[in-house]
Formats: sequence, structure tokens, C-alpha cells
Amino acid sequence: MKLAIMTGVVALLLLALIFELLRRRQLREKYAVLWLVVGLVTLPLGFIPWSLDNVSSWLGVASGASLVLFLAVVFLLVVCIHLSWEASRLEDETRALAEEVALIRAELRDVKEQQAEQAAEQTTGQQGANGTAPKAPNGAAHGAPNGTANGRPVPIVAQRDGKAVVGER
Amino acid sequence: MNAEKRVLIIIPAWNEAGSIADVIAEVRDELPAYDVLVVNDGSTDDTERVALAAGARVVSLPYNLGVGGAMRLGYRYAHEHDYDVAIQIDADGQHDPRYVPKLIDALGEASVVIGARFAGEGDYQVRGPRRWAMGLLSRVLSRMAKTTLSDTTSGFRACDREIIRLFAQWYPVEYLGDTVETLVRVIRLGHPVAQVPVAMRPRAAGMPSNSPAKAMIYLGRALITLLLAVNRR
Repeated sequence: MKLAIMTGVVALLLLALIFELLRRRQLREKYAVLWLVVGLVTLPLGFIPWSLDNVSSWLGVASGASLVLFLAVVFLLVVCIHLSWEASRLEDETRALAEEVALIRAELRDVKEQQAEQAAEQTTGQQGANGTAPKAPNGAAHGAPNGTANGRPVPIVAQRDGKAVVGER
Repeated sequence: MNAEKRVLIIIPAWNEAGSIADVIAEVRDELPAYDVLVVNDGSTDDTERVALAAGARVVSLPYNLGVGGAMRLGYRYAHEHDYDVAIQIDADGQHDPRYVPKLIDALGEASVVIGARFAGEGDYQVRGPRRWAMGLLSRVLSRMAKTTLSDTTSGFRACDREIIRLFAQWYPVEYLGDTVETLVRVIRLGHPVAQVPVAMRPRAAGMPSNSPAKAMIYLGRALITLLLAVNRR
């Protein structure tokens, strides 16, 4: 009887832990469902450990407890394999993200350098031309009245965030 | 002679601030027409700054992925920027850039050209389990490729456009996967592989690992890599 109380209490504690993790949204649903099912299966088994004795004797296993132990080991192994599979997949995903970050940073550096060059060109151009209209700053060329796209004049339809939104009418 | 081709030299570097500047300078000196890309593999030292100062383009991974990870990024860069040829060179200065034109010339008949250390030129030698591992790898791969490949673990390689596209999508991160497994895949896909004998120089910085225990581990990992690679689809 003591055994039944011990295993039953453990099953209850496990269920409570899973429920709490779920409540705090610390577990993804796919894992939560799995562990909830495990908890609900172990709960009656915990309180009535001998309930599997019939099944186990039919399977040729000496006692229900050893059948449960065997199944538990198999189940845990499968879960471990699944987790290493999941970890490999996550590593692949973070690797792709790391590559993406590296490429974006390199591109950003190029853009910044270009901008710095253009800015330098402008200041020297302004000083040299002395009074003539300075070249439009970066991107502002599109903001000029009747902005052009591919050399063709395009009417400016709207302006948003300081950027001209051009479209054909 | 290769002027019409756009060539990218990819140098994977992990904490190589000590030697990278000289390697870049030498490459740019020997091969002024080619672009140099340093893939900074999560270095904790000054590699990125030194490489930029030396005039290379740099892509920096946020954390260390290993040679394979760095190389896929390099090939991705080559693919996205539409290069015709990608050359892989080590950052420790043991590959001589003067062999690069020879590698590119050999690309006419092959999709991947390996700069091989044991093919006659130079006096590079290894002993013990490491040597057995390399011998086994080269025998198996030579047979698969139906050509002599005496140095399958060389990190000195040239790839054409099609292989760049393949490697930009698929390049294993595992140890030895970057050299052995990629070759197995390339051969299996039916791309011809060739080798060009090159002389190796002693490393400019850093020490090669030579302990017998490490060599045994190397042999074991080489066998596992080969077994997995040959059985993968």
C-alpha cells in the first residue's frame, strides 16, 4: 500500500509541474500534450501499481512493475532521440540565421561606406561649385518635383515618411 | 588568362589576426584581379578589423561555426554576388596563392580542383594514424572519382559556378565533413574532380596538432565521416 501512495504522489507532482509549465507558457503545445498524456497514464498506474499484472503475465513479463519500467525506458529513449533530432534542426536554423546576419552586416557596411563617399563628394562639390545648386542628397533625387524613374518622369502620388511613393496614374 | 572570369578567394578565419594580414596582402599582390573574402568565423580577436584594414571584404559570423559553417557562408556570398569561380584558401598562410591560376586552369575539365599536398610538389609529410586515415580516404575517394586524389583533406580548392550553387545550399559543419563529405557528394552527383600538385609552406602562425592521441581520434572520425558520407543520399 505504501508503494501505491509513493508512486501516486509522484505522478500527481509530475502532473502539477506540467500543468504549471503550461500555464506559464514555458512549454510548446506539442510537448505539453505529450507530457500531459504521460502524466494522465501514470496517475492511475501510480495508485494501482498491480493493475497491469494481468497484461504483463499475458506478455510473459513477471510483474506489472517491470513491464512499466521497460515501457518507460523505451519511451524515454525515443524522447531523447527526438530531442537530439530537434537540437540538430535548431542548430541548422540558427546557422542559417547566423549566415544571414553576417551577410546583412557586410551589406550594411558597404552601404554606409557608399553613403560616406557620397557625402564627401557633396561637400567637395558644393565648395567647388560655389553658389550653383548642390546635388540632391541621397535618395532625395526621387523627392524632386516630378521625380523620375528610369529617366521617365513619373508623377508623385503621395509622400510617406519623407519618402516619395511614386506610381503610374 | 583567366581575366574574363569573376573569381572570389574565400579565406575562412577563426582567431587568425596574427597571420591574416600577410595572407591577404600576398593574395592581393599575386592576384590583383580577384576579390578576397574573409569569412570571420566568430573570432574573439581582431581578425575582422585586421582583414578589413588589409583590404579584404569581410563577412562575420556572430559565433563560431567551424570551417564548414564558414565555408557555406563564403559560397553563399559567392553565389549571391554571381561569381564564376570560388577558391578556398587557409588563413594560416600554408597555401601559396601562386598556385591559384593553375587551379583555375584545371577547372576547365573538372568542377572541383583540389590543391594536393602529396602529389609530387613540396615535402609535406604526416606519419602514424593520421597518415593511415589520409591514405584510406584518398584510396576510397580516388576509386569513387575514377581519378587519383592523393589529398582529400586539403583545404585548398577551386570550384566552378555549379558547385558554388550546390555548396551555398549544402555544406556540412561537421569535422572533416567540409572536405571529405563534400567531395563524396560532388562525386556522387557526377561532377568531375581533379587535383593539381601544390607545395605547402609551414604555417605562418599557430601550430599543427601532432599528438598521437589526437591522430588516433582523427583516424576514427575520418572513418565515421567516410562511412556516413558514403551511405548518405
